[in-house]
This record gives sequence, structure tokens and C-alpha cells, in this order.
Amino acid sequence: MQTFTLACVLLVLTYFGFRMGRGRALGLVGGKATRLHSLPGYYGYYVALWCGIPAFLMVAAWLTLEPTVLTMLTTSSLPADVQSLSKNELGLVLNDIRNLASGSAARANVSPDIVAAAERYATMRHLGFAAMAVVALAVAVAGLTFARTRVTPDMRARNRVEQTVRVILIASSTIAILTTVGIVLSLLFESLRFFEKIPATDFLFGLEWSPQTALRKDQVGSSGLFGAIPLFAGTLLISFIAMCVAAPVGLLSAIYMSEYAHSRVRAVAKPMLEVLAGIPTVVYGFFAALTVAPFFRDTGDLFGLSISSESALAAGVVMGVMIIPFVSSLSDDVINAVPQAMREGSYGLGATQSETIRRVILPAALPGIVGGLLLAVSRAIGETMIVVMAAGLAANLTANPFEAVTTVTVQIVTLLVGDQEFDSAKTLAAFALGLVLFCVTLALNVVALTVVNKYREQYE
Amino acid sequence: MSEVVQVGTPSAAGRPVAVRDTKALVAKSLKRRYAAERRFRLYGVAAIAFAGFCVAVLFVTIFSNGYTAFWQTNIRLDVTLYPQDIDPQGDRSPKALSTANYQKLIKQAFGDLFPDVQNRREKRKLFDMISPGATFVIRDMVLKDPGLIGKRVQISVPLSDDIDQFAKGFIKAETPESERRVKDAQIDWFQRLKDRDLVVTEFNSTFFTAGDSREPELAGILGAIMGSVFTMIVTLAISFPLAVGASIYLEEFAPKNKWTQLIEVNINNLAAVPSIVFGLLGLAVFLNFFNLPRSAPLVGGMVLALMTLPTIIIAARAALKAVPPSIREAALGMGASPVQVVFHHVLPLSMPGILTGTIIGMAQALGETAPLLMIGMVAFIVDIPGSPVDPATVMPVQIYLWSDSPERAFVERTSAAIMVLLCFLIVMNALAVVLRKKFERRW
Repeated sequence: MQTFTLACVLLVLTYFGFRMGRGRALGLVGGKATRLHSLPGYYGYYVALWCGIPAFLMVAAWLTLEPTVLTMLTTSSLPADVQSLSKNELGLVLNDIRNLASGSAARANVSPDIVAAAERYATMRHLGFAAMAVVALAVAVAGLTFARTRVTPDMRARNRVEQTVRVILIASSTIAILTTVGIVLSLLFESLRFFEKIPATDFLFGLEWSPQTALRKDQVGSSGLFGAIPLFAGTLLISFIAMCVAAPVGLLSAIYMSEYAHSRVRAVAKPMLEVLAGIPTVVYGFFAALTVAPFFRDTGDLFGLSISSESALAAGVVMGVMIIPFVSSLSDDVINAVPQAMREGSYGLGATQSETIRRVILPAALPGIVGGLLLAVSRAIGETMIVVMAAGLAANLTANPFEAVTTVTVQIVTLLVGDQEFDSAKTLAAFALGLVLFCVTLALNVVALTVVNKYREQYE
Repeated sequence: MSEVVQVGTPSAAGRPVAVRDTKALVAKSLKRRYAAERRFRLYGVAAIAFAGFCVAVLFVTIFSNGYTAFWQTNIRLDVTLYPQDIDPQGDRSPKALSTANYQKLIKQAFGDLFPDVQNRREKRKLFDMISPGATFVIRDMVLKDPGLIGKRVQISVPLSDDIDQFAKGFIKAETPESERRVKDAQIDWFQRLKDRDLVVTEFNSTFFTAGDSREPELAGILGAIMGSVFTMIVTLAISFPLAVGASIYLEEFAPKNKWTQLIEVNINNLAAVPSIVFGLLGLAVFLNFFNLPRSAPLVGGMVLALMTLPTIIIAARAALKAVPPSIREAALGMGASPVQVVFHHVLPLSMPGILTGTIIGMAQALGETAPLLMIGMVAFIVDIPGSPVDPATVMPVQIYLWSDSPERAFVERTSAAIMVLLCFLIVMNALAVVLRKKFERRW
């Protein structure tokens, strides 16, 4: 709330800077705007930029650094015996202090040291914020006065403002690169820490997955095994089932819509597929767990098959339904890109429509379709909510679609949701799985995009 | 078709018989070929029908499971607000009023309806029929108007979720008693309440005004809606300016070199990175490195902003590309600088397209769950968040949480929450369609 007020004050100040710069420029030439180098507004923007940008950068820097700085200061002021605690316990103590300071925890049953630390924490936070606010406002005012003195009729205000705008545009376009770098670095660092504890070969080629590390030595079923093969197999099984549904249905509906369907049919069918694409995955997950899985189980009972209520089949089929619109819209694009002349040539030789499609259009569109299917596979592999809600947790190494299997994404979620200590192999394993997931989907995408682009060039 | 080609080659001494043969062969194969044609067409129809069937089943399931959640079975209860129970000191202090034992009053009033139930175990079963939320109804009433103390008031309080489910017919009396959560005695009492006309079915306003709760009849979706609103505000505030800036640079100013190519490849790949990986990024960078608060819409919004950025950039670039070069050339010819050309002419003309893309990206972000699980927005939060740094959850995560709960009443609430979420999404997508239809210009 305070930050919001501060931001508002700074905004008002910036606007004031705009009016001031504009007024000053006009005042210098006695209201004759033609004597200025730039339009009067640009002088206003010039002053406003000087006033606003440094101040807002200051606030942003403080807000990102505040928690780290405060934690460091608080830790160093704690008594020595608390400081010598292990990292996790220290984290708990710091958490207590933060809760106390924000008033969301009761004061009872807390040692006076902690209460004192909490009070220090609260005062430091207030002080820090107040200092930051004063400095930010001072910077804003300083920028304002400095820029105001620079305003002269000859100043090339427009060029300077436009230069700044360009820098801002370039900065925002590098965010994409920063995000990728952030993803790669965070996954890589945590995975390396994981591989210090568990050898990479054990992880990639191990056949047993049971990530519960033992709290007591004699505990049953808590071996802490991190062999990820069962997860990979489960992911592939479910993705395969999904593609078995999505590929034929998506492809055939795309063919039908682009080659056969009357425009009125298309006007209904296309939005219908878009609806399928717009439904959140959590809804599909609920649908899979509530309706599809019990339906398969009961049907299996009818034929004497035992189908688990968390079967790979249910999750896979629902995931396939989710991917149908993806496959169909990609294939639709590709099929429409096949030149009309090829169709007409085929018709001219007396081929029927389906013969044309099967022997001329599909072979011509094949690279694009394969690329689209690869993109769909990467979608299926990375899909999370459906499998979290409808697939199992136990890592079975099986190819039987009627049994429960688990996937990479399910394990990432189960390892990271809930209370966690950040240094255990268990939580770090999630990052290693994430790294594998990222690499595999990235490879699939790169291959798919190359194939699709090559194909596009062919007909352009 | 291969036979046709073979027959076309002259077989025997160039007699005209070969032509007739060809005709005959084609005529003979025509039936088969037309059948294949019809079959192929049928496959296409079947594929579309299957997709339509899936949509229909999905919506019917959600609706038929969910619409009952908008009604709640209540009981009309006459409660006497004895002053000695509420405020023994008689000073009407707010503290005394808010901590008084209202449960006793409810139990008294409800017990009076069944004077024949004396046994302690039976009594517990009886009081289980009323939701624990009943006490809050009275408390709020008294706090609002302390003058009511000592009077007899009629209130309508929710029955417990199991009785509610029984009243709605989801728990059937035919199932053996050991297998259902409502006991025979409770069914009997409920029937007696009904006979006395004390049971009423009212619109479930709690569902739209309360936060989460362990008791299905007290659980509401407002907390999640507010969480979603704050998250979306943060997402929009970050992703829209960044995406517009990036696409303007790439489309209008960027030189064609290795660096811009790298940016483009990056954007295309980010669009296909699984959403859960963005969650891992948020956990490692925002939470563990920058120590930002857990479970806060601020962090959720930042993660979702990074996720929707590629979507909006791709849409915005398409919209900018659609503006014809003649506009740019005309503006440049009139003496505008390149930046003026973009901000005064190209950007306003492409705004409808950019906004359409933004709304679609926002709709995607609104339905996203997986990355938010990673950054702790999956906690059980009763309070309705008041700012982007309060702990909160969002609608899809609320759906996920409720779908995990064993109570039957949560199944209908999950479906109802899905209906609310879908309503939001439909409105957003309809807005995008309207925007596209109304303002987008074809040059």
C-alpha cells in the first residue's frame, strides 16, 4: 500500500515535470513554438523522463533487494547460538521473525531474542522504506531541476526523447532472452546440486523411483531412489495414448474442414474446436478424474478387465482430446498452404477428391504435418494438470495402459508442493526433472520448427 | 488408380478394343472408388463428430454436476438470544459479544425441535446436521444490532453438507446405512423438519461472498476470484508494455542481424516451453533468489507475465505487420520521425489486433494452474486477499484444491467453480471476437 502511494506521488511528480518542461520551453520563446527545435511536448517529455526513470529504477531496485538485505541484517544481529543453526532451522527462525514483525503470529511462547529481532526487523523495514522513499523523491526532484536547467530553445529534445524510447524498446525485447537465460541457469544450477548428491547416471538410467528420503534409518519404503526411467516411460506411454487420439481425429477433422466442409459447417466446427482449445487444463483434469476414469474402470469390469481408476488410458485419452484442436489448426494451415494447382492437376487426371487428398495433398504436406505432430508431442509431454489429477503417483515401469503410471510433470508437482526444505535431494530432483523436460521439449520444438519452416519455403 | 495407368498402354496391335477396355475397367472400379470416397468423407465427419461429442460431454458433465451448488438447503430456526449466554456481564462490549458461546444457543434452539432426543450420542448426530457456520450467522446479527439480545429471532442457517447432499438426492436413502454419510436417524429427523416446513432451499450466496473453507457449505469462490484479479492485473501491467515494446522494436526498428535473430528464436521457443518450467523459474529466481513473498499474486502475476509474453508478442507483431507500408511512407513523407511514425500512426492502427492478442493471452493465463502450484499459490487460504502481496490462490488452483477433497459437496462446488471460470473465459474470448470483428481493418 505504501509502495502504491509512493508510486502515485512519483507519477504526479513526473506529470508535473512534463507540464514544467513544456511551460519552460514555451516561456523561453515567449509562446512562439515555431522558434523551438522540437514540439513543446518533447521538452515536457524530456523533463518527465529525467524525473521519473531514475526514481522508479531506485524504487524497483530497493523492492527487489529489500528482503535479501533485511534477512542478512537480521541474521547478523541474532545471538550466536541461533546463527550457528543449520540453514534450514535458521530459515524457520527467520520465518518466525517475519511473521511476528508483520503481526500475523502470536507473541506467546516465543523467546525474547526472537521478539527483539522481530521488532528490529519491523523498525528496519520501516526505516528502510522511509529512507528509500526520501531518496527516491530527492532523486526525482533533482532530475527535475537538472533537466529544467537544460531546457533551451535550441536543445534537440525530440532526438533525446526518441533515443530514450529506443533504448526502452530494445530493453523490453531482451526480456525474452533474459527469461530463457533465467530458465536455463536456474534449472542447471539446481540440477548440478542434485547431481552432486545423486550421480547423473543413476538418475537417467535407474529403474527405481521412490524419492522419499528416510527420516529414521529403519523406516520402511524410504530408500530415496532417484531412477527416472519409470517416469520417462510413463510420460511416453501417456503421450503415446494422447497422440493416438489426437493425431487421427485432429488430422481428419482438418482435412474435412479444409477440403470438404461447406462454409456453414466450417463456421460451426471451427469455433467448436477453438472452444476445446480454450478450456483450461485443470477442467480437463477434473473431467478425466471424475467422469472418464470411472467410465473406463466400469467398462473394464464389464469385460472382466481390471482397469485402474488412475489408468494411463483415461489420462491419455483426455489429454488427446485436449490436443485435438492443436493438431487440427496446425494441419489446417499446412494443408491450406498446398498450392491449388496440385489439386487441380490431380482432378484433371480424373482422381476423386479422397484420392487427391491421400496421394497428392498429404504427401506434399507431410513435412508440415510431421512438424505439427512433433509440436503436439512436446505439448503432451509438458502437460501437467491432467496427469496430476488423473494419473497415478506410484512409479510403475509398465507398458500396460490399464495400469496407473506416473509422469515427469506429476513428480515435479508432488515433489515441490507443500512444505519443503530446499536442500534435500528430493526437492532438487524436481529441478533435474524440469531440466530433462525443458531439454526434450526444446529439442522437439527446434526440430519441428525447422521442418515446418523448410516446408513453408518450398511453396513460397 | 494404378490399374488405370496400366490399361492405358496399348496392349494388342492398337485395336480400338483397348479404349473400350479402359472404359469398362474404369466403370468397374468406379463403384469401389466412390465407396472409398464416401468412406473417407465419413472418417472426416466422424472426427468432427467425436470432437463435438467431447465438447458436449464435457459441458454436460460440468453443468449437471455443478448447477446444484448454486442452491443451499437451509433451515429456519427460531433462536432466543438469552442475555445470560451472550453477555453475562451486561456491558455489551464488542469483545464479549464476539466471543460469546453462540453455538449453545443454536443447539438449544435446534434441540428444542426434537425433545425426544436425549441420548448423548444421538444428540451429537443431531447437531451434526447443522453447519458450524450457523453460529457465525447469529454472531454477525448480534454484532450488527446488539439490541436484539433478549429477543427471539428467526434465522435461516445452512444445514451441513451431507444433509444438503441428501436433500439434493445425491446421497440416496436406499444405500445401506454403513455406506452413506447420512445416518437413518438423521434422515428421519430431516423428514420431520421437512414436514414441519422448516427446510428451505435458498440461493447459495455464500458461494460468491466467502473465501475457502473446510466445510463445503461455507466455502466460497470470492477469495479465488480476487486472487485471480490481482494476479491478472500484475500480469497485464508487466506483459502488455513489454510485449508491445518488444514487438515494435523487432518489427519496426531492429536491424536484421544475429542478435535480433537470436531474440526471435528465443520468443518462438519460449512459446512452446511447458508452463510448469516457468513455475520452476519463478520458484528458483523470484522466491529463492529475490526472497519475494510466497503464495502472493505479485509473484504469480510475474511468472504468468513471462509465460504470456511470447503469445502477445507474436500477436502484436502480426498486427504491426498488417499495417500497410504506405501509411509509414506517407507519414515519413510528411516529415515525421521514425518514432513518431510508429507511435502516431502504426501503433494506433494496429491496436485492435494487439488488444485481441492480449486478451487471448490473458485468458490463457487466467486458466493456467501448473506454474502457480510451484510458487505456493496452492495453500489453503480463508481470507479474501486485499492486495497483490497477500497470500492468495486463484480460480484454477481453487478448482484443483476442491477437486482433491473427498466430500461429495465439493464435487458440485468444483463444477460450479469451473462454470464461473468458464464464464470469465467466455466473456474474455467474446470480447476478443467483438474487438476483432468491429475494429480490425483489412487493408
